[in-house]
Amino acid sequence: MFSRRTFLTGSAALAGAGILAAGAGQGFAAGPIKLGSILDTSGAFDAYGKPMDMALRLAVDEINAAGGLLGRQVEIVAYDTQSDMALYTQYGQQLARSDRVDVVHGGILSASREAIRQTLRKSGVPYFYNVLYEGGVCDRNITVVGVTPSQQVEVLIPAAIRKWGKKIYVLAADYNYGQITARWIEKFARDAGGEIVQTDFFPLDVADFGSTIAKIQSAAPDIVVPALVGGAHLSFFRQWAAAGMKSKIPMASTTIGIGNEHKVLTPEEGDGILVAYNYSPELASPTNEAFLAAWSAKYGNTDAIHEIAVSHYQGIQVWAEAVRKAGDVAHDALIGAVESGLSIDGPGGNVSIDPKTHHAVLDVHLMEMAGQKLKVIESFPQRQPSDTQGVCDLAANPDDNTQYEIKI
Amino acid sequence: MDLAAIFAVEILYAIASLVVISSGLAVVFGMMRVINLAHGEFMMVGGYVTIVAVRSGINIYIAMLVVAPLVVGVLGVIVERLIIRRLYGRLVDTMLASWGLSLLLIGLASMIFGNTTTGISPPIPGFAIGRYQVNGYSFFIILAAIAILVAMFAVLAGTRAGLVARGAMQDAAMASALGYNPERVYMLTFFAGSALAGLAGGLFAPLLGLVPTIGGAYIAKAFITVISGGASVIAGLVSSAVLFGSTSQIFTLATTPMVGEIALLLIAVVLLRLMPQGITSRFFRGKM
Amino acid sequence: MAKEMKHAFLVALVAAILLAIAPALIGTYTLTLLVIYGILALSLGLIWGFGGVLCFGQAAFFGLGAYAYAIAAINIGESTVPLVLGIATPFLFAAALGAMMFYGRLSDVYLGVITLVVTLLFFRFMNSSAGPQYVIGTARLGGFNGIPGFQTLNVPGTPSAYIIGDAYYYLTASALLIVYLLVRWLLASPFGRIAVAIRENELRVELLGYDARARKTLLFAVGGAIAGLAGTLYASWAEIVTPGLFSLGQSAEIIIWCIVGGLGTLVGPVIGAMLLAYLKFALGQQSVIDNTLVLGAILVLCVLLMPRGVVPTLGTVLNRIYRRPPARRDRPRPAGSQTAATPPERAHV
Repeated sequence: MFSRRTFLTGSAALAGAGILAAGAGQGFAAGPIKLGSILDTSGAFDAYGKPMDMALRLAVDEINAAGGLLGRQVEIVAYDTQSDMALYTQYGQQLARSDRVDVVHGGILSASREAIRQTLRKSGVPYFYNVLYEGGVCDRNITVVGVTPSQQVEVLIPAAIRKWGKKIYVLAADYNYGQITARWIEKFARDAGGEIVQTDFFPLDVADFGSTIAKIQSAAPDIVVPALVGGAHLSFFRQWAAAGMKSKIPMASTTIGIGNEHKVLTPEEGDGILVAYNYSPELASPTNEAFLAAWSAKYGNTDAIHEIAVSHYQGIQVWAEAVRKAGDVAHDALIGAVESGLSIDGPGGNVSIDPKTHHAVLDVHLMEMAGQKLKVIESFPQRQPSDTQGVCDLAANPDDNTQYEIKI
Repeated sequence: MDLAAIFAVEILYAIASLVVISSGLAVVFGMMRVINLAHGEFMMVGGYVTIVAVRSGINIYIAMLVVAPLVVGVLGVIVERLIIRRLYGRLVDTMLASWGLSLLLIGLASMIFGNTTTGISPPIPGFAIGRYQVNGYSFFIILAAIAILVAMFAVLAGTRAGLVARGAMQDAAMASALGYNPERVYMLTFFAGSALAGLAGGLFAPLLGLVPTIGGAYIAKAFITVISGGASVIAGLVSSAVLFGSTSQIFTLATTPMVGEIALLLIAVVLLRLMPQGITSRFFRGKM
Repeated sequence: MAKEMKHAFLVALVAAILLAIAPALIGTYTLTLLVIYGILALSLGLIWGFGGVLCFGQAAFFGLGAYAYAIAAINIGESTVPLVLGIATPFLFAAALGAMMFYGRLSDVYLGVITLVVTLLFFRFMNSSAGPQYVIGTARLGGFNGIPGFQTLNVPGTPSAYIIGDAYYYLTASALLIVYLLVRWLLASPFGRIAVAIRENELRVELLGYDARARKTLLFAVGGAIAGLAGTLYASWAEIVTPGLFSLGQSAEIIIWCIVGGLGTLVGPVIGAMLLAYLKFALGQQSVIDNTLVLGAILVLCVLLMPRGVVPTLGTVLNRIYRRPPARRDRPRPAGSQTAATPPERAHV
């Protein structure tokens, strides 16, 4: 295995030299490295996608300003999937087959990831999915640089139970993220001595939660845990506050804030909601300060930054690091580098890739929404993606291609 | 007991919201035999007008009760003059043209406001019924629905304008001969229907949030309610709103919102199958 | 009948030549989609333009075909039976729905509401079937996620021989031509003539002793089957099926294609679909102007200025310029006429 990788690296270097000679007209660089981007920058999920696109462009600008990768500039080939899952397969195929990109970064909802994952795997294009998700994807072609349930839910739910009580009412978005996350919430709640009184699933276009709020009251839980996604679900938080429930039953959420919801809601509607993520702009580290400064320099202010924009930024850095380490952008060499103990220092702290699962090891912070900000309460450094580690070992089964789901 | 009261409020609210959503469409359809498929988008415009007005410092009640209906009413008049007027008597063509208009409005709104969900907070605090909390805004919607129905009845049955309008709809030539201008009556009716749509949009903006595509969620419900209701503007609207609103909300409370919605749709199919021609059939024959 | 079929073959020949040279201009990947949409538009063009049934729910049959194919393909792993199921399921469903509506004497706007409601029912159900309890055989319905990763079309009997790329384009293009010829044949048959007569005056046809309800039901079912075929081909092209296939937007688009292309013709809807779908694709590549806005404006203008659609209007214009029956070379033309009634020649296209 190792020798083959070395051979590949060597031959790629030779090929690179060939291109270098042929492409003399373009100066010293060979053709640019093509980075395929596939994000919802319009439609119901653009609150997630637009800042991710900004993060992508910032990251690539920085890479190019520093001389590119392997002496080549990075060129973005971007598609807007308009929050339409069917467009993902279409643009995914286009990126892989006609644009022939070297890597694809993107996908926001888990539905979109599953729509393109197989296409990219078949075409041998390395795929980086840089978003908080429900865990369990086991596929050598993908690298996941986002928070998973064992990193987030395992921190969040026990903390909420300690703080408020044992009875939990779960509201989850009705697709793979919500379905699987709801089961993780149940597992970690039980482990911490809590119980789930009810779980309700909501299609992504539901916006009227009046009857749900009545039902929650009749169940009288100690905590409400919304794992709601997208623009329509945001109205739950407004209606909850408008019904005067804010002061009666506290909330801990696995998703609110990811799309900067805390800045859209008023402090009265948002304050006090408990969350756990990898990033808050309040983190005091030199890397984060430099990141915030670079973002303001490019975009004027830092308002748009959110959890998954940063995780996208970190994902691109991880990929860039892998390319540097491999000395090549080709599939096998790159995956080899991903499995070689990769690590970067990002705005959200140190991010390293677990070779057996291709998932990230990263810091997680328990936070509370306060005055439209995320206030860090407690930090949990370098958490392992143990949900996925428990079921996935790509070193032993390199051909695995499943998304494992938790069974309860 | 308290819980029963809460559930009763939710059911009333479901009925009231159908009335609010459908009233504009019911006026335009009941009086003019025009189905305005841009009705949902008129509501969307009403919502954006409300939000923009509130953000520019106008009192929220004035914004949704006065500004939104006026602006959307004027938009309705423009649409009537430019498009609908040319298509009277061609039911399917009006539907298609207004469908095109709805897409156009969605596109415009996306370009102006972006595709992001926006919203404002409801202006009324919640209050308690016994141990339970109720969204105060639900009551506001219920009151608004009652006010709309009363106003519609008063105008149609009790004023000269209503009488003339009904007369012009029944026999345009006769109304014209008596010195009333049917064109103007159509225009004013469309204004009233559009203004009601704007009002509905304004009323729901604080509750449900806004995206340019939100009209789609309204139009299907309004369309089903109005068509199932039948010829009589007010009685039809109330009867189908009560039927659909209560069934869907009872199922929603018992199970999930999805089941509630499916129950509404199934009831609509059964209803239309049992009353296939309905009371309104005579108005359609030969027009499609 | 022989004469009409001769025209139909001529049209098919011209279309075949155009479809064969099209890959020189547009990539086959995009072209395949355009052709699939062409088939879908043809299905509504048949039941609306010739049967007089305005169906707001053609997307229901399209989606049903796609889902039936995807679910069967996951369970079976070879594409022949799924392909048949992808056509048969919507055919049977449309027959049942049609019987329910036509034997219930539903008409006009009520047909529109019922078909719309049925589409919404499918959409709501599919959109909320993400839970593990929604399984058919080994296929999870997947809810909002849809169903990705099923077996795409293969050479019958050889599951590993996928039909993809250019080959898939030629397959769909042939499917379009075959469907067109079959529909033409159907319309030229006594059944088709009576169907058109029903559109013109249902009462009169019934008084002549024909059972209009059965004929409308069958025509509706055939339309459903064609939409199902389009759905099946779409599933295999997109490699995923999602609840979006059942959406109102999808239904709306099909209606727009027919209206813009021209009702009462078969070529009109196909051309309308291909032009508008390509326009949408081209507009999707830019962000200056919102593409929903453009489609909306086109629909409004078409209803106001060209209520008969592009193809019939073009026919009339050509007719005026040349003052003779237009050449059949460049584009098949429905014999345009000023009246709303169907002139005999219209049946040729």
